[in-house]
Amino acid sequence: MIDLTKESPLGVYSQYLKNGQLAYQFCTDDNSVCFYPRAFAPSTGSPNLEWRVSKGLGTVYTTTVVHYKGEAPLNVAMIDVDEGFRMMSRVEDIDPMAVKIGMRVQFKVHPGNEKQAPYPIFTPIGDIK
Amino acid sequence: MSGLVKGSVAVVGAAESDLGQVASGSSPLDLMAQATIRALDDCGLTLKDVDGLFVAATQVRMGPMALAEYLRIKPKYFDGTIIGGSSFMSHVAHAQAAIQLGLCEVAVIAYGSTQRSVSRAAASPREFNPYESPYRPILPISAYAMAAARHMHQYGTTREQLAEVAVAARKWALLNPKAWEKEPLTIEQVLNARMVSYPFTVRDCCLVVDGGGAIVLTTPARAKSLKKKPVYVLGVGESLSHANISSLPDFTVSAASESGPIAFKRAGLKPNEVNMLSLYDAFTITPILFLEDLGYCPKGEGGRFVADGAIAPGGKLAVNTSGGGLSYCHPGMYGLLVMIEAIRQVRGECGARQVPQCDIALAHGNGGVLSSQCTVIFGSENTI
Repeated sequence: MIDLTKESPLGVYSQYLKNGQLAYQFCTDDNSVCFYPRAFAPSTGSPNLEWRVSKGLGTVYTTTVVHYKGEAPLNVAMIDVDEGFRMMSRVEDIDPMAVKIGMRVQFKVHPGNEKQAPYPIFTPIGDIK
Repeated sequence: MSGLVKGSVAVVGAAESDLGQVASGSSPLDLMAQATIRALDDCGLTLKDVDGLFVAATQVRMGPMALAEYLRIKPKYFDGTIIGGSSFMSHVAHAQAAIQLGLCEVAVIAYGSTQRSVSRAAASPREFNPYESPYRPILPISAYAMAAARHMHQYGTTREQLAEVAVAARKWALLNPKAWEKEPLTIEQVLNARMVSYPFTVRDCCLVVDGGGAIVLTTPARAKSLKKKPVYVLGVGESLSHANISSLPDFTVSAASESGPIAFKRAGLKPNEVNMLSLYDAFTITPILFLEDLGYCPKGEGGRFVADGAIAPGGKLAVNTSGGGLSYCHPGMYGLLVMIEAIRQVRGECGARQVPQCDIALAHGNGGVLSSQCTVIFGSENTI
C-alpha cells in the first residue's frame, strides 16, 4: 500500500515522465487499467495498483481547437491509449484543425518550462484507423 | 410510503433577481436575497415562514450560512450541495425528501452570481488538474466542444444543426421581455461568429451575465392557502457520471439517460406526455444530447431532430421558451432559472411565449462538464 507521507501517485507518474515514459496503473485485483494515477483503484478500492509503462501509441477519440486572443490556435484532444485508458493531451507537429478523430498518434514528452512540469503530448504516425 | 412521492411537495413561489449587469458592488448575496424576497412575495409567505434553506453559488462557498445570516433566517434544515448548474434540481429532490419527512415545511432554494461584473475567472476559478491543465482547454467550453465534435463524427451532426439550437433560443428570447438578447440571429451569424473552441463559436456558448433566482416549496396542504396555484413536483431524478471530462466514457451520452428515467418513473409519465421542456443549454450541443438522453429521439438523431426550426416558436416541441442560457440569461449556474421558466409555463404566466395547455413541464439541469444531470418534472393541479 502506498505511504502517502513518502510518495504520491502524481510524484511517481512525474518521475516516469522525466525518464521519457508514459506510466499508468493496473489493478491486479480485477485486472483493470487505471488512469489518472491514484492511491487506490476505482471500483475495487484496492491498494494493489501496479505501475506499468505504455508503449505510447493511441487513437484520437475527440478533438477541439482553442482560440486564445493574440495566440496561435491550440489543439486539445482526448487520446485513447492502446493499453486501455483515455487521457487529455495535445497533438503537435500538425495544423491543429488537421487533427482528426481516429488518427493514430504517438506519445512524446513535452519538456515544459519554469512554471510547468514536463507533460505528455502526441504526434501523428500516419494511417487513420 | 417509501421514497419520493409524486406531488408530495409543490412550488408556490418563483422569482428572478435583477438580471443582466448589476451595479458595481452588488453582491451575489444581494441578488439571492432579492430573489428570495420576490419569491416569498409571489406566494404571500414571509421570511418568518422559512424553515428550510438550500443555497449553492461559486462566489459564496458556504451558501446556506451566508444567506441565513443576510436574511436572519434560522433554518431547521439546510443543504449546500454544489454540483454545478444542476445543483438546484438536486436541491428540489433533497427539499422534497426533507418536507416529506417533516424536517422542514417551507423551503427556499436560492442562487446569485455577479460573474459579468467581476469576470468569469474571478467568479468561478477553476481547480488545477495536473492531467488536464497543461493542455489549456478553455473549460468548461472545450469539454462540451469535444462532446460536439464526437457527436458530429459519430452521427453526422452538423455545425448548422448546432446553430439551429442557438437560433431557436433567440427566437424564443425575442418573446421574453426579460431576455438579455434583443436582436434576431441567423444560422450564418452563428457559424461566422468568433471561434472559441472548435466547433463552437461564441454564439454556440451561453451568455455571461449577472443574476439569480429563488423558488419556494412547501406541502400540498399549505400550498392550497397561498396566492398562486401550486405547481407540483411530480418526479425528480439525479445522477453523477464523472468530474473531469477525461473520465466520461462516451462523449455522446450523458447521465441524463439515468436521471430522466428516474424522474419519469417517479412521475408515472412518459416523455411524450410532457408539454414543454426546459433543457440546460450551456452550449448548443447540450439540448441535442438531452433530447436524446431523455427519450425525445433516438441516440444520434438530436441534430436532425432540432433542424428546420423544430424547437423554435411554432415548432413541433417547445424547448427553452425563455430563450435559454444562450439568449435569455446565464448567470453561471443557470439551473434555477431553467426551473423557473418551467414553473411559469405550468402556471400559464408566460405571455407571448406561453405554451397552450401546459400542464406538465420538464426542467433538466446539467453541471460541471456534462458531469451532473438532474431532472425535475412539474405539473399543474390537473396532473395530481
